[in-house]
Amino acid sequence: MMTTALAVLGVLALLFGAILGYAAIRFRVESDPLVEQIDDILPQTQCGQCGYPGCRPYAEAIANGDDINKCPPGGEATVRKLADLMGVEPKPLHEDAQNAVKKVAFIREDECIGCTKCIQACPVDAILGATRQMHTVIVDECTGCDLCVEPCPVDCIDMIPLIETAERWKWDLQAIPVRMVEAD
Amino acid sequence: MQSLLEQVAAEQLWRFPGGVHPPTRKAELSKKPIASLPLPDKLYIPLRQHIGVAGHCLVQKGDHVMKGQPLTMADNSMSVPVHAPTSGLILAVTEHTSPHPSALPEPCIVLEPDGLDEWRERAPLHYSQCSTEQLLERIQQSGIAGMGGAGFPTHLKSAVQQQVELLIINGVECEPYISADDALMQEQADTIVQGIEILCHILEPKAVLIAIEDDKPAAISAMQSACHGRQPWFIRSVPTKYPSGGEKQLIQLLTGQEVPAGRRPIDIGMMMFNVGTSFAVAQAVLHDIPLVSRIVTVAGDTLQHPQNVLAPIGTPVSDLLHFCGFQPERPQRVIMGGPMMGFTLPDLSVPVIKTTNCILAPTQQELPAAGEEMDCIRCTACAEACPASLLPQQLLWFSKAKDTEKLDEYNLFDCIECGACAYVCPSEIPLVQYYRVAKAEIREQQREALKAEQAKARFEARQARLEAEKLERQRRNEQLAVERAAKQSANAPDAVAAALARVKSQQQQTPADLEAIKAERERKKQLARERQAEKTEAPANAASATDPRQAAIAAALARAKAKKQAAASDSEQVHPQQNQPEQTATKPAETAAASEASDPRQAAIAAALARAKAKKQAAASASDTGQTEQEQAKPAETEAEQATQTAAEPADTVKAEPAPDPRKAAIAAAIARAKAKKQAEATPASEKTGPEEAKPEQADAASASAAQTEATEQPSDPRKAAIAAAIARAKAKKLKETEPK
Amino acid sequence: MSFRIASSPHQHNQKTTSQLMLWVVIAALPAIAVQSYLFGYGVLVQLLLAIVTAWASEALVLMLRDKTILPRLKDHSALVTAVLLAVSIPAYAPWWLVVIGTAFAIIMVKQLYGGLGFNLFNPAMAAYVLLLIAFPVQMTQWLPPTALQQHALGPLDAVCAVMSQASCQGISLEQLRQGVDGMTMATPLDTARTDLMMGLTLPESYEKPLFQGGVGVGWFWLNLAWLAGGLLLLQQGVIQWRIPVSVLGSLALCSLIAWSVNPDTNFSPLFQLFSGASMLAAFFIATDPVSASTTARGRIYYGVLIGVLVFVIRSFGGYPDAFAFAVLLANMAVPLIDYYTRPRTYGHKAVKGRQ
Repeated sequence: MMTTALAVLGVLALLFGAILGYAAIRFRVESDPLVEQIDDILPQTQCGQCGYPGCRPYAEAIANGDDINKCPPGGEATVRKLADLMGVEPKPLHEDAQNAVKKVAFIREDECIGCTKCIQACPVDAILGATRQMHTVIVDECTGCDLCVEPCPVDCIDMIPLIETAERWKWDLQAIPVRMVEAD
Repeated sequence: MQSLLEQVAAEQLWRFPGGVHPPTRKAELSKKPIASLPLPDKLYIPLRQHIGVAGHCLVQKGDHVMKGQPLTMADNSMSVPVHAPTSGLILAVTEHTSPHPSALPEPCIVLEPDGLDEWRERAPLHYSQCSTEQLLERIQQSGIAGMGGAGFPTHLKSAVQQQVELLIINGVECEPYISADDALMQEQADTIVQGIEILCHILEPKAVLIAIEDDKPAAISAMQSACHGRQPWFIRSVPTKYPSGGEKQLIQLLTGQEVPAGRRPIDIGMMMFNVGTSFAVAQAVLHDIPLVSRIVTVAGDTLQHPQNVLAPIGTPVSDLLHFCGFQPERPQRVIMGGPMMGFTLPDLSVPVIKTTNCILAPTQQELPAAGEEMDCIRCTACAEACPASLLPQQLLWFSKAKDTEKLDEYNLFDCIECGACAYVCPSEIPLVQYYRVAKAEIREQQREALKAEQAKARFEARQARLEAEKLERQRRNEQLAVERAAKQSANAPDAVAAALARVKSQQQQTPADLEAIKAERERKKQLARERQAEKTEAPANAASATDPRQAAIAAALARAKAKKQAAASDSEQVHPQQNQPEQTATKPAETAAASEASDPRQAAIAAALARAKAKKQAAASASDTGQTEQEQAKPAETEAEQATQTAAEPADTVKAEPAPDPRKAAIAAAIARAKAKKQAEATPASEKTGPEEAKPEQADAASASAAQTEATEQPSDPRKAAIAAAIARAKAKKLKETEPK
Repeated sequence: MSFRIASSPHQHNQKTTSQLMLWVVIAALPAIAVQSYLFGYGVLVQLLLAIVTAWASEALVLMLRDKTILPRLKDHSALVTAVLLAVSIPAYAPWWLVVIGTAFAIIMVKQLYGGLGFNLFNPAMAAYVLLLIAFPVQMTQWLPPTALQQHALGPLDAVCAVMSQASCQGISLEQLRQGVDGMTMATPLDTARTDLMMGLTLPESYEKPLFQGGVGVGWFWLNLAWLAGGLLLLQQGVIQWRIPVSVLGSLALCSLIAWSVNPDTNFSPLFQLFSGASMLAAFFIATDPVSASTTARGRIYYGVLIGVLVFVIRSFGGYPDAFAFAVLLANMAVPLIDYYTRPRTYGHKAVKGRQ
């Protein structure tokens, strides 16, 4: 009796195992390669603040087990998405990279000597100019990655916060300054 | 089955879901005649008062303008001009608090009326003889944008290719208090009808439907008599319910049809204009009066005479309120727009613009401020009030969770922000505010996503380009090598001999090079020692600063000579970069600097050179230890300085100008920065070995003296200030870096 | 002068949440009066205990959660939970029963899910089910209606009975539970079910004194009082018609079918609608906005589900009254119902479940 039960259960186990195994092979869902998925999550600023030369190399590094919290431009949201994808716990961003004020590079043009160093540094070709001509930043293309600031020999590049416009305003009613005027 | 037009003709009305019935509070206002506001002291005319882009500003401070003169120029179709509401003087073109919920400053023309109210020349049109293009051009040039509140340029809306079945004229002012359109219909029904005829001329609709709420009997009868006899025009009185004046809701109410999501009414053959817009069209076409004034309802219990006022565009709200006898409470709420969709103003200098239909200054009893926000109890009063059949309670939940996917699934972007949900919410949750924030955030995310996509594309394009360039270079080098090999093999057929010769020449060159470097290093050390001694004595002494400078010149000259030698020997090499990659990198530049430059621009190159050199040197010295590091850093700096100097001088002499090249200033700044950087790098490192030395002060003093010499060297340079600034900046940076350590 | 910045709309016109809750309590008053008339002052004692416990536990949790206490107590949601639980408990059940139940309802079912608006289950019903499962004896000790009681209990007796399970004269609850005919009394539903199991037909069972007036002494009047309160809520716009109508409609329909098949073993629709907690549940419990479905169509399905479940449990289940179970089961189905009954947004095609 006992042996029959064991045998039946064993056969059943084998049977189900076989079915499951077959199903796993037969109904396998082909998904994007992991690197592609990670790369899609990364903000593509190509800033290199993660220590890799661009987003894709970092995506490859994450796929190979690097930390997911090295992307300051992506912020917490990116870390969370990466954590979801990789099935790990979200970590806080590295160091003090959490200040999320959007910035763009600005070249003080009367000080620029036209050395093209910043052009070479810019990962997204967002700086216009030629040798010995003053350079300028295409604000719409600038990702605010900071990479042009360091190479500038005359320190004429500033990272300035994006000016808030009415179109981009996020309905922060608390931030509206109420002007005090004299009662009359 | 009746056709839609037959159903409309049969006076059939449909209904839309939801809606609320706030007290209308219009009875008193709509009986009063429209008052005319005396000209204000100043008018603030924002450059952009519609949806789209601002026109190009045509006037500047001090200009005198006539009434109706365009102040901006519409340079593309998304733009409409603004006009001078009266004759007067342009005081300024400046930033001013915008009539926008954000109250962010926007460019504004400040006009001081001269009181004469002089018109520019006007050219009325006979619309029946005009082409559609002419009329649309006139509508655009008259600055007409939808006056119901959205402010969409009217010429854009009218320029459609599709057949317009039904032209709907919206006289449904569903928000409480607002009776501007009501007053307009009562007093100007004939002009409105003329405007509708012009629109009919442009659009050729099959029928015209004028919708007016049933709480405005006077307006209905005025319009009825004005439209009398016109076919097929229908005037429809619709039940009073908020928000039946919304475009989509009114279409549903009048025709039972829905505008598909993401489409426009014209896609179902309908076109809707506000009565104010058709009035403005008539004025523009028939009298060439651009949109320079509008009727504003000024209401609220803090006013002694609430009424409808004809106000010039740009009138500050304070003028309007005081005209109506404003007696503010404190704190006072002043709302631009109606109580359901308007926004509060942070100050009263905000101007009236083309879309301003109401200024509301209620007392606290009249419209109590919202109470404390409580938890949502999911009572779904909001869902029952929603005219778009959304589920506001779910949207609130997802908005709080910032779940953009769910928000999209629950159609957040179909919310018209009418405020009916928040109006009925028993927990007084500011639902609309949550949705606006969520919408703004989603839009921002979409912008970011788009930008990321572009950045990625640009990055990849750049990578491809760099890769291609690299390959190209490689190919060229290989080709050159092949050519040279061919040449050499022609001279010496034995390849082994050639290789031997190469090795020999390498051996020859290397010791020479090493010697040069060694000598150079010695000199630098010497220099640094001298400088150190001098600095400890009198750091601020400008005269003593010239001493090490002379030494540096000598050093640099010697070095340059040595380098040139090396370069000369290098040029014989087939693969020079194999031996000394670091040094060869600077060599072409070096020779360029050494060669007598005639172009003043050469200076810039020299500057870059100097920087590169300095950097390399700094890198080299990093491998050394302790004291020597600092010593070496200093000569490098003087060297850099000197290189620039030598490069700049020939330029000057060629030009034969006593005034130095302006570029020199930038160079000097660059030098200062390079110096400071290096110093900063060197100082903390050296402090590890010799902590008792007062390094930061010393470094500071060094750069100060350098700055001084520079200043004395170029006294006539107008850019001196910039240099000084750069130096100061560098200094500050350095101090900041060194002090914490 | 200074200006006040606020978000539109700048005008509100609706009863506040606390007013809505208060209306629920007000609408419950006639039924509470009837219930205490029928079953004695014990009802009031239970109410008092429940309300005090509810307030105390709500305040405690709010304090622990670091939230403002007073505004949240003032929303009266705890009061409503307390009232609904207290009226569902036998009038002379021991005091700790109602205290445990209310504390469980407020702390576990409501606050631990995130407070008002976040609870998945109806707190009163969840607590009722807990008590029914954990303390089945105490929870089914309904005294016979006062008219059938041998001993009448005064207000003081009621307090004693709840606190010590005996009247001040020392008559134990066991004795009190015996009716005039010396038989232990249960609720009419209970009695009828027991009789059915003992092989009696319903008409035979209805012969008992408990069933005077058709559906049991007093219970009919009690349900009428709840119905009146419910109509008041409807009239005030506190609740919408969909849930009560669909609950009662589906219950009536199911029982009508069953009854016409075999009137001997199935309750009549009238008996179903006016016995037990039918009216209370249909108007006061199933309509709890937090745990009910939130879409118009969803509310119909939700109500129908409750009605059918009640019928099934009453007819075939092991528990006498079924509303608590039915409501909790329907609560579980709410997210699903809501998801599949989303209304069609303006300008969109009808939503299909999932894209």
